[in-house]
Order: sequence, then structure tokens, then C-alpha cells
Amino acid sequence: MKIHHHSYDAVIVGAGGAGLRAAIEVAGKCRTAVLTKLYPTRSHTGAAQGGMCAALANVEEDSWEWHTFDTVKGGDYLVDQPAAEVMCREAIDAVIELEHFGLPFNRTPEGKIDQRRFGGHTRNHGEAPVRRACYSADRTGHMILQTLYQQCVQRDVNFFNEFMVLDVQFNEGRVAGVIAYEMATGDLHVFATKAVLFASGGFGKMFKVTSNAHSLTGDGPGLLYRRGIPLEDMEFFQFHPTGIYKLGILLSEAARGEGGILRNVNGERFMERYAPTVKDLAPRDMVSRAILTEIREGRGMGPNADYVELDLTHLPPEQIDAKLPDISEFVRTYMGLEPKTQGIPIQPTAHYAMGGIPTNVDGEVVIDADNTVLPGLYAAGECACVSVHGANRLGTNSLLDIVVFGRRGGRAMAEFVQTVDHPELPDDPAGEVRGRIERIKASTGTERVAEVRTELQDHMMDKASVFRTEESLSAMEDILGDLKERATRVSIDDKSDIFNYDLTEALELEYLVDLAEVLVVSARARVESRGGHFRDDHTLRDDANWMKHTLARRAEDGSVELDYKAVQGDKYLPMERKY
Amino acid sequence: MAPSSPATAAATAVAAVELLTVHLKVKRYDPEHDTKPHWQEFTVERVEPTDRVLDVLHQAKWFQDGTLTFRRSCAHGVCGSDAMVINGENALACQLLVQDVGTNITLEAIRGLPVIKDLVVDMEPFFAQYRSVLPYLITKDEPGYTERYQSSDDRERFDETTKCILCAACTTSCPVYWGNSGYVGPAAIVNAHRFIFDSRDQAAGERLDILNERSGVWRCRTAFNCSNACPRGIKITEAIEEVKRAILYDRI
Repeated sequence: MKIHHHSYDAVIVGAGGAGLRAAIEVAGKCRTAVLTKLYPTRSHTGAAQGGMCAALANVEEDSWEWHTFDTVKGGDYLVDQPAAEVMCREAIDAVIELEHFGLPFNRTPEGKIDQRRFGGHTRNHGEAPVRRACYSADRTGHMILQTLYQQCVQRDVNFFNEFMVLDVQFNEGRVAGVIAYEMATGDLHVFATKAVLFASGGFGKMFKVTSNAHSLTGDGPGLLYRRGIPLEDMEFFQFHPTGIYKLGILLSEAARGEGGILRNVNGERFMERYAPTVKDLAPRDMVSRAILTEIREGRGMGPNADYVELDLTHLPPEQIDAKLPDISEFVRTYMGLEPKTQGIPIQPTAHYAMGGIPTNVDGEVVIDADNTVLPGLYAAGECACVSVHGANRLGTNSLLDIVVFGRRGGRAMAEFVQTVDHPELPDDPAGEVRGRIERIKASTGTERVAEVRTELQDHMMDKASVFRTEESLSAMEDILGDLKERATRVSIDDKSDIFNYDLTEALELEYLVDLAEVLVVSARARVESRGGHFRDDHTLRDDANWMKHTLARRAEDGSVELDYKAVQGDKYLPMERKY
Repeated sequence: MAPSSPATAAATAVAAVELLTVHLKVKRYDPEHDTKPHWQEFTVERVEPTDRVLDVLHQAKWFQDGTLTFRRSCAHGVCGSDAMVINGENALACQLLVQDVGTNITLEAIRGLPVIKDLVVDMEPFFAQYRSVLPYLITKDEPGYTERYQSSDDRERFDETTKCILCAACTTSCPVYWGNSGYVGPAAIVNAHRFIFDSRDQAAGERLDILNERSGVWRCRTAFNCSNACPRGIKITEAIEEVKRAILYDRI
């Protein structure tokens, strides 16, 4: 196996919204390599649809303070409030900057950036829905990804496309290097670097029904976890209410922002019972639970009574064409239905990890309950946990998160690398990775990657998704023990060097299984219900005991060790979460 | 109000279906062992008519032959990874369903870019052509503290070409491109169009000069293959014609 050596001031891992925004920030300030296992424009930011919230007040009164309140309440008070304030305040500049970068937002009649309603975003602390989401039809993520990539092309950013990062090396208590596997050749690359920013996205592929891309296997958090970095609040995983039945393909909340309604088998607008004020525009955790409650109680639709419908048939057809063209096409392509005249079968779909690599508001990774910074290590976007989303992310706040914290992380990293020299790399820095790859290629085990992965996805969906109990989670822990062992016995057909996706899927499986275990152990310990984590056996939020972030660390023996840290900020005191 | 018709229609759409057997024929090439490509057939059982071609490919790779190699990511037509020739025409494997293409499915790598392995081609020439047309907003004025205003009509003017996902289905369906890889190709022109007709941009002239060169729009023979191939439904030939007219009449 050939090994190449590079030296950079900084490395960015991932080229979705957060990675690209960070790359723009560091361009011209330090020598940077951007590594992505795809091509930048194929990152899953491109699948985001509905919008990006910022209190521009272009169409009605709004303030970033209201946005902050909504974010904290939406996150069921597990949000670090100073971080949410930073995000909501800087949202305004972030949107303006994207417009200046060329992003083609939809416009108001007077030519300003248009705004629309979105779940959980309200005027004056919950009075009524507010028009806060800046958008570009229902392909806002696509436009952000393309625009940021265009800016990177203009700045001649140095991309290493189809490079899968597999390890980070530390020395003297700080980052010293990154090890990557080049898909096109099978060669390994050692990047000596003073800093690395992870922007590698989520890990929804641990669930059977997900809106996530095949590539979203948690490589960044997974490899850092193996290196002893704790992961924060991993039990909080968002299920988006409106995934296409069985397929999980996302149908934007913008559909409900534009007036779409959820109905059960009786045709009833059931959200009126769960959230009398904002109804279908309640936060995602509440809507997902409401849908599954309807189904559990026998009011689901279809032969198996296992879905509800998203109804757009009362909307003017021209509004659907203008504001929701892409999701309408998805419904036509994958369901053979016409959303202008027919209801759309939907079910909750695994969508977004609130938890991840713990960081502060400058993207610096913090590794303990005292928020001690690990010099040179940064993270931003879905793989990170700032925590601005707490126990449940509001719609549109992820696109905001990637732009605001991609920029802040990039800026902090560019400043940091000016102040330090390159640490020494250990001898044979790629040795461990090479060993892993050779072991998988040489394995004569009887397990297939796809079989182990499918079982993982089925069981996680069944036992650790929207509703959880001690019983389901302890059963899942046992299953994970078995799956972990079986994952060590997978063998692959493809032993070649060039574009060996058989191998990379085996590597990805290791991360998925590890992260599923972290999620389940964290969820089992948290004996309360909060945001996206709902326990049928502990249905209430318990602020006295559980108003704290989980930190999960890999113990010496490979088990998950839990610790906790304080939630920051008390401007907004916890109250019952009613909408 | 309870709309009854949507419920009925949806129930039909998700009713139990007959499972199919799909015969997959893939043009394969292993650069480490083969001197030339060869065809391999796979039989995939228990396929639902609404399964994607990509799902069938995955069944073959995951449970029959892990060496079968193709790119994919989002699996619903927005990332552009899995453009391939499906029964003779360019498309995304995640956007075509088995019921759309039938149970005999032939797959080949897209044409005009060097094949690296099986269905994976070298994308670098394609992205180099994209970069050659200055695919980013260029303005000479400082934008100020708020957004630039743009009318909805001006915004609508280039809406079509903002949809491009750079999958290369158009460029690699173009007979001119097959014969001359020096041609920038439809995708690059689409991305130039996106800025040429954006009222905020101030570098249309530079892009039109680039596309007026021998490698540019005049290579287009309006075969319409690109428009037919586009998984995003972009009227590409029309966009190319608009660029040609802008060059000829110096007007956008």
C-alpha cells in the first residue's frame, strides 16, 4: 500500500455547507486542504429543502431575540443559550452574505429576500407562526451548496475529492495529522497539519427509514470517538415527521409552512389536538410523536394502517408549482401520486443528529465537563454539537448552523495556525489504518457488510427511534453486542485497490455500529423525556436531574463511559413546552 | 373537512404488489485485471415495481458480487452521483423505477469520460470544463450592508439553470462531446447561463467570450440529447440557444 505525505497548515474534512463555508473563511489565510469522500456538490447539504431562518423582518416584524427564544424552547431547554444567541444574531449577516455570494433567494414584490413560515418559529415568544425562513423554492440546501462551492472555485480552494479520512494523529496534546484513503488508487495519504476541522455530516444510516444519504455513516464522530474524544448528547436524534412512506425521502416542512395539513384515516387534522396554537407547525419531535400516536391508536392509513397523509390538495396549484416544485416531483417519481389532487403517504424518517463532537461557539472541540479545548481540533455542522439544537432542532436551523459555525470555526482555525508550529508526527502514522484495511481485505469471515448493517438499521428503527423504553434499549444493547462482534467478522469480495466501495462500506459499518452503541447507552441512562428523546416509561421532562448534557467516551475496554456537563445560560427558564 | 379521495388513491398506491425478477446486465471493467470491458448478468429476485434501479444494483452488489462498482449517495436525484446509461439512455439510477424501465435492465458507464472501473468514470475533465466558464457571481460594486434587491422577474430569468446538480448526464449524452472532448459541453454552458442571465452579475461579457471560442457553444448541433438526459428537467438546448443569441446580438 503506497503512502503519500503532505504538509498543510489546516485540513478540512467534509465539503458540505459547513466545510465549504470554513474553506471560504480560511482561503488566502493559510495553506488548507479540503478532503471529501464524495465530490463537494454531492454533499447532503444539497438535499435540504425548506429554508434558512434569520430575523430579517422582510415581510413582518421579527427579532433575533425571538428566534433565540424559539430555538431554546424548540430544543426543550437543553440548548446552550449563549450559543443559540450567537447563531440567531449572526443569522442575519449570514443570509445577507449568502445573497452577496450570489445565492438566488426567492424575492418579495419589492425585491427583498422573501421569507416563509416554518415549524416552531414564532413571533413574540410563541404568539403565532412568523415568516422567518429565507428560501429558494424548496431547494434551499442545493442553492447553498452550489453557491458555497462556486465561491470556493473562485478562491481556488484545494480539494482532495473522494478521499475518505480514517484517522487523526495527536501529539503533545494537539492535532498533528490526518490519515486519508484515496478512493481512486487505494493509496493512503498522511497530511501533517496544525489543525483539522471536521464537517463530515451525520449518521442517519444507522436507521432503516432515513432521509440521509448512503454516505452519512458518521465517519468523523466515529473515528474521533475511537481516539478518545467524547461525544455529546448522542441520544437526541431527530425524526422528521414527513418522510415519504417506506423510502424516508424528505418532504420539507415548508409543505406545512405553505399551508399543508396532516390527516389521519378519518381525514381529521389531528395536530389540532396536540398543538392547538401552531397545529401542523409544531416542532418536529412533537409532530413525529403525534403521527406515531395516531398510528398506534389505530388511526393510521393504508392496508397496514401504518402511515398518515400530508394533504396539499387545498393549496392553489400555482403555489405548489412555485414554492414546492421539487418535493412535488419526488412524490410523482417515487409514489406515482399527484400532490395537487392526492394525499401523500408519510411517516417519520430519521433525519438529523442533534448530538455529536462537542464544541464551543468558535468550533473548538471541547473534551470534558469543564469544556477544556483540545488545541487544533475543530468541528462544525451536523457532526458537531455546539449545542444550539439541544434536544430537538428547529427546522431551517441546520442550514443556519453550518453557515454560522462553519465561518466561525474556519476563522478560529485560521488564527490558531498562525500561532503554532507543526507538531511531530509519530513514526508510521498511517500504520493503524493500514492494518485495519489489510485486516478487512484478508478476512475470511462469514458475515456480509450489508446483512449486519440491515439488521442494525431494522433494530435501531424498532427499538431506539421515536419511542424508547428501558426494555427496548436494553434489548438493543444486547443486539449491538452481537452486531459489534459480527462486524469484526465481515469479509469482502473486492480485494482491489481502485474504487473499492466494498471496503469503504465495511469501514463505514464500524462507525455506524459504534455510534449506535453510544446513542443507545446514552438514551438508556437518560430516564426522562426531552425533545427528540422520548421514553414511554419516563414520559416527563425532569429538569431537577436531567438538565445536563451527556458526554459519552470510549473506555479502555471498548465500552461506553458516561459523564455529564452543565447546560449554559439561564436567560430563558424552562417552562412546559406547549405550542 | 375530510377529503376522502386522497385516502383512497394513496391506499391504492401502497397496496401489496407482485414481486418481480429483474435481469441486470452490466458492462464491467476491472482496471487491475481486464484489458477490455465485458458484460456480466445478474438475476435479482423479489424486486418491487417501485424499487429504484439503484436498489436493484445494490441488491446485486451487497448480496451477490461486492466487486460491482458504482457511485451513489443521496438516492433521490439531488446529488448527481449515479448518472449512468440505463437501457441506452442517460439517467440517474436512483430516479428511475423498475416499473419505468422494465425487468431487463442494461447498465453502462456514461460516455465521453474515461472509464475507471465498471460504472465509475473520471469526472475531472467534466469539472475542469465547469470551472472554465467562471461559474461564480462576479460583481464590481460593493454590495453594502443589506441584500441586493432583485425583482421576481429577474430572479425567474435564470431559475431553470440554477437547478443543475453537475451529474454530467447531459454532457455525456452529447454526440459532439463524444467526438470532441475539447467542447465545454452542455453542463458548463448551463452553469455559465445561470450567471450570464443573473441581473446581479457583471461578467456576462467575459463568459460570452469564453463560450464564443472554438470549444464553446458553436459546437452545439442542437441534438437535444442533453435536454432529454437532464434528471432535473432543465431545458438545456434552449439555454444553449439563449447563450448563442446573446453572443450574436450582444444582448442578454
